[in-house]
Amino acid sequence: MIIGTCFFVSLISYRKKVVYYIMEQQIKMILPNELLTETLRLKNEGYRLVAITCTNKNGLELSYSFDKEYNFLNLRFVTDTKTEIDSISNIYSYAFLYENEIKELFGVHIVNIVIDFNNNLYKIPVKTPFNMKKEEE
Amino acid sequence: MGNRTVIPFGPQHPVLPEPIHLDLMLEDERVVEAIPRIGYIHRGLEKLVEKKDFQQYTYVAERICGICSFMHGMGYCMTIESIMDIKIPERAEFLRTIWAELSRMHSHLLWLGLSADAFGFESLHMHTWRLREQVLDIFEETTGGRVIFSVCEIGGVRKDISPETLDKIDRILTDMEKELKEITHVFLSDSSVKYRTKGIGVLSKQAAFDLGAVGPMAKASGIKRDLRTQGYAAYGKLKFEPIIETDGDSYARTSVRIKEVFQAVDLIKQAIAIIPEGGINVKVTGNPNGEYFTRVEQPRGSAMYYVKASGSKFLDRFRVRTPTFANVPALLETLKGCSLADVPILILTIDPCISCTER
Amino acid sequence: MAILSMSKTLFKSLVHGPYTVLYPVKKKETYERTRGRVEINISQCIYCGLCQRRCPTGAIQVNRGNTTWSIDRLKCIQCNYCNEVCPKKCLRMNNEYTSPSFGSVRDDYTNARVSGDKENN
Repeated sequence: MIIGTCFFVSLISYRKKVVYYIMEQQIKMILPNELLTETLRLKNEGYRLVAITCTNKNGLELSYSFDKEYNFLNLRFVTDTKTEIDSISNIYSYAFLYENEIKELFGVHIVNIVIDFNNNLYKIPVKTPFNMKKEEE
Repeated sequence: MGNRTVIPFGPQHPVLPEPIHLDLMLEDERVVEAIPRIGYIHRGLEKLVEKKDFQQYTYVAERICGICSFMHGMGYCMTIESIMDIKIPERAEFLRTIWAELSRMHSHLLWLGLSADAFGFESLHMHTWRLREQVLDIFEETTGGRVIFSVCEIGGVRKDISPETLDKIDRILTDMEKELKEITHVFLSDSSVKYRTKGIGVLSKQAAFDLGAVGPMAKASGIKRDLRTQGYAAYGKLKFEPIIETDGDSYARTSVRIKEVFQAVDLIKQAIAIIPEGGINVKVTGNPNGEYFTRVEQPRGSAMYYVKASGSKFLDRFRVRTPTFANVPALLETLKGCSLADVPILILTIDPCISCTER
Repeated sequence: MAILSMSKTLFKSLVHGPYTVLYPVKKKETYERTRGRVEINISQCIYCGLCQRRCPTGAIQVNRGNTTWSIDRLKCIQCNYCNEVCPKKCLRMNNEYTSPSFGSVRDDYTNARVSGDKENN
């Protein structure tokens, strides 16, 4: 289930006192079809959704960031514009804005969004402006 | 059941400095549902990161928003510094903290003024902004810019504040505190102001949690969460407690912001008292390679920055999750059940920053 | 509950007089660090083009061939980056702001020195 868990711990040490500011970078690789189960598990553990980030580099890489108190972790998987991705807006109702944004700007095929703007969230003249390089190739 | 009407609110409206559109579904005078529509000022700043190199992008990051400009610059620089494993001098961290807290003061005073304007108290609006002007003057004197400072750079800060100027800031803040008390007293105790804010737009603690509210919106509903306690920049060396209120109405949100202004004054004074000597920046060589998530507490709530770089001068991806983006669902919740006359003040209550939201 | 809680402040400002400056007649003082507009000491410029390459908005154009340096005033965001990267330190941030205008303003600076004329160089 867990393909890999990466920990990048950055330690910024202060001059004399040994006080560290640690921002843990936990990234958990999952498969696209595990998204709903993983999200539901996190929701039951009391995590809140922080953001959904899409990166267009070697495929569309989706990172779902969650936090609980000050604990911060990410679920990540790589997809393309054709694969259907289930919306998590049934679990986290406020995910609809992020999902609409990603759907519109990157062309990720997210289905079943609770409030679907049908690619009309932003008033932009071009289709999927953040994912144009791929179409040209 | 009364008559159902749909009233379009915005994108141009006297209380809105920036365009957001809401379709308000009304039942007589009560709002039953609100559907947001953003996207009038989408600028594609996240895409611009592929065209400007990572040093130049500092100036773009600052321009994501005019009010939390410094914090955006700082968040971006902190992220790149974490990727490149740069440790900035301690003095730079303190200077960043001082500017960040001054920004918080200026943002909250701006909001207080705007909210006074929204409920029709013009002279209160003017007097709040008169106080804000002093903060802007401090900015101009120390950084050279009144709103956009361009003072944060990767590896530290670009300008130092001399000890005399720090003393002067301390003096200005001491005087200002008295005047602030006088003005904020009006917000907290005047009966006409309270009539417009008390019990309006209540957001319960559970709702705030479930809808992902951040910043003063969450703090006013009793969620004690302030990323500054995690000790980024110099916050680890300053003493403070996150401010919370439990009522969750507009009054509580006003109160949280007012208390945060005083807290900011206190934090700046603490920082001025213990600011160490030393350099203000380190030289940056090479290009970033890696990825990092940073979170900082902005005046409006927590913001998240994500940078992915692959060793070239240009970054692969820069992502910012701004607080207003997270607060929109909470706003829609507070709008339900309020009367049409309260809609403007409720929209202001989340301190909307639409340019931030759409980037 | 309080009423007339604002009156103290209002009376104070009655005595104090206006807090604002009568703008076109009197101008607000600028500070030493105020970033107004970029100026160049053209005789020291070596036309390396570093400022042009580093400018985040592409406001600066340097032409080595006919020794001109020009800046689009409305594109410039006064970030002071050009000033910092300039190897000859011939750029300077002036405290005065660019005056308002209707169209785009491009200020050209041309070096008047004649090549071979040692006296004036």
